Amino acid sequence: MKTLLICEYRQGKLLDVSYELLAFAERLGADKAMLLIGDESQAPKFGGKVYLADAGKYGEYNPDAHKQIVLEAARREQADLIVFVHSSYGWDLAPQVAASLRCAQVSEIVGVVESKFEVAACNAKLRRIATPKTPQAALTIQAGAFGYRGEAQGTPQIERIEIPAGPARIEFVGYEAAEKKELDLAKADVIVSAGRGVGKKDNVTAIAALAKALGGELGATRPVVDAGWVEHSHQVGSTGQVVSPKLYVACGVSGAIHHLAGMKNSEFIVAINKDKDAPIGEVADVLVVADVMQLVPALTAKLAK
Amino acid sequence: MKILVCIKQVPDMESRFKVNADGVWYDERDLAFRMNEYDEYAVEQAVRIKEQLGGAADITILSIGPARVVEAIKKGMAMGGDRGVHVKDDSLAQRDPWQLASTIAAFARSKNFDLIFTGMQSQDRGSTQVGAILAELLGYACATTLIGFELNGDVVTARRELEGGVKAIVRFRLPAVVTCQLGLNTPRYPTLPNIMKVRQKELLAFPVADFLTEESLTITEKMYLPEKKGRARVLEGDVSQLADQLLAILKEKTTVLR
Ligand SMILES: Cc1cc2nc3c(=O)[nH]c(=O)nc-3n(C[C@H](O)[C@H](O)[C@H](O)COP(=O)(O)OP(=O)(O)OC[C@H]3O[C@@H](n4cnc5c(N)ncnc54)[C@H](O)[C@@H]3O)c2cc1C
Ligand SMILES: Nc1ncnc2c1ncn2[C@@H]1O[C@H](COP(=O)(O)O)[C@@H](O)[C@H]1O
Repeated sequence: MKTLLICEYRQGKLLDVSYELLAFAERLGADKAMLLIGDESQAPKFGGKVYLADAGKYGEYNPDAHKQIVLEAARREQADLIVFVHSSYGWDLAPQVAASLRCAQVSEIVGVVESKFEVAACNAKLRRIATPKTPQAALTIQAGAFGYRGEAQGTPQIERIEIPAGPARIEFVGYEAAEKKELDLAKADVIVSAGRGVGKKDNVTAIAALAKALGGELGATRPVVDAGWVEHSHQVGSTGQVVSPKLYVACGVSGAIHHLAGMKNSEFIVAINKDKDAPIGEVADVLVVADVMQLVPALTAKLAK
Repeated sequence: MKILVCIKQVPDMESRFKVNADGVWYDERDLAFRMNEYDEYAVEQAVRIKEQLGGAADITILSIGPARVVEAIKKGMAMGGDRGVHVKDDSLAQRDPWQLASTIAAFARSKNFDLIFTGMQSQDRGSTQVGAILAELLGYACATTLIGFELNGDVVTARRELEGGVKAIVRFRLPAVVTCQLGLNTPRYPTLPNIMKVRQKELLAFPVADFLTEESLTITEKMYLPEKKGRARVLEGDVSQLADQLLAILKEKTTVLR
C-alpha cells in the first residue's frame, strides 16, 4: 500500500505535525512518500521521496492550486491513500481532493484497529470503524493521535512539481497574528475552568471564587468564551492555551477533543459533571457526579474555613 | 440574493448513547434531537445577510433525514429562514458525506444559489466533509472554518480560524459555499411571534430518491462504545459529603492545599 503524506506548512515553516503522518503510515505498515508545498529549505527530514512545489509560486493557502498539486503528486506516486492532518488545511483540502477523484474519505482518524480506521463520533462518546469502498482514499488524521517519537532524520529525494497556472477562486489576503495574551495560564499551578454546564454568565463568579480560594486562575471552554461569559485569554484548548497545572478542575466541561488537547497533561484532573458518561472522565483522576452550581459553592465555603 | 442553509439534526450530546441492533450506528430511541450547533451559526449568518440587504434575500433551510428533522427546519425558519426543504430519508445513518453532498448538489444545481452555508462539522458524524464536497460538485468557491464574514456586493471577505490562534483573511466572489465555525456570530433565539409565523411559510418535502443517484463511497462497519480506561475515580452522593471527600483527595494527592 502506498501513502502520499501531505505536509503542513505555514508562515514559511514546515509544521512538526507533518511528522505524525509518518507515524500513521508506519502504523499501517505502508510505503511512504511526502508532498510539501513550501520552500525547499523546509523539506522534511525524511529519507524517502518528497514531492516539492514552491509555495513562493503557488501560495501557502490557495486551495485551487494546492488541489491540482496534490492530484499530480498522487498520480505520479500512484498513491492508494492521500493522507492529511485533520486541521484547517486538511479538512479544507481533503474533501475537495476526494471529490475530484470520486474516492472515499475518512476524516479525523484516531486509531488503527486491525488495519482498519477508527474515528470518534458524538463528542467522543462513541467510536466507529469507517472503511473506504474505493481502492483509493483520502484520509485526515487527528493531530496527536499517532504521536511522533524521536528526532526526524534522513535526507529526502526531492522531485519537483509544477502545474499550469489556473484560476484561484480564493484570494489569500494575509494572516492575522494570535492576540497577545495578557494572562499566561501556563504559569498557574491551579486552574478551575468553567464549561457550558455552569449554565449562565452570572454563575461564572462562583467558578472564579473557587479558583481564587485554591490560589489559581479561571479557565474556560470555547462556548463559554464565544458566549462572552469569559474573556478569550482564559480559553483552554487547541484554539486557546495549552496548560499543565498541578491541579485542573473542569466544571461543567464535557471533555471534547479540542478542549482535552489543552489540558490533558495536567498533573491532577478533577471533573465536576452531572453526566457520569461525560468524556472528560477519560482523562480525569476524579469525576464528581454533581450539579456544578451546588458543589462548587460548597467547596469554596469549606476552603474558607 | 438566493441563500441555501444546510442543517442537520443531531442528538443532544449529553445523552447516554447506545449502539443499535445492527451495531453500525447509535440507537435513536430515547434520544432528544436538536439542530447541529455549528449549523445555528450558519442560519444566523444567512439571516444577518438578509437584514444587511434590507430584506432583499431569500433563505432556504434544507435538511436531509427522517420525519423528526422537520423540527430543526422549523427552528431555522423561526430564526428567519423563508422556506424549508425536507429531503425525506429514513436511512440517513447509512449515508456517507459523498451521498449527502451529492443529494444537496442535485437539489441546488438548477436553483442558482449565490451563497450556501453549512456548519463546519456535524456533532454526531463529524466528518467535516459535506460543505467542501458540495462546493466541489457545484464548482463553487469554498471557504471553511469561518469566524468572520463580511459581504460587499458579490465579494466576501472572511476570517478563517487556523491553529494556534492564527487567523487567515481570505477574499472570494459569489457563488460560494462557506462552512461555519463556533463563534462566527451569536445565534438568535427564535421569538414567539417568529415561531408563529413559521406556519405561513412554505415547507416543501421531497423523497430522497428525487435527488440521490450516488452509491456511498465509505461505510461504517461497526460502532461501539470506547473502552473505558477507568482512570477516573467516580464520586457520587450528597453534595456536602462529596465536597469533603474531594478536599480529602486533593490534600492527599496534590500539593495545592498544603
Ligand atoms: C477546530 C475546533 C477548535 C476548537 N477549539 C476549542 C478550544 O480551544 N477549547 C474548547 O474548550 N473547545 C474548543 N472547541 C469546541 C469543542 O469541540 C467543544 O464544543 C467545547 O469544548 C465544549 O465545551 P463545553 O464542555 O463547555 O460544553 P458542552 O460540550 O456543551 O458540555 C457541557 C457539559 O456540562 C455538563 N453539565 C450541564 N449542566 C451541568 C450542571 N448543572 N452541573 C454539572 N455539569 C453540567 C454536561 O453534562 C456536559 O458534559 C473547538 C472546536 C473545533 C471544531
Ligand atoms: N443530513 C443533512 N442534511 C442537511 N445538511 C447536512 C446533513 N448532514 C450534514 N449536513 C451539513 O454538512 C455540515 C458538515 O457535516 P459533516 O460533513 O457530517 O461533518 C453540517 O454542519 C451541515 O451543515
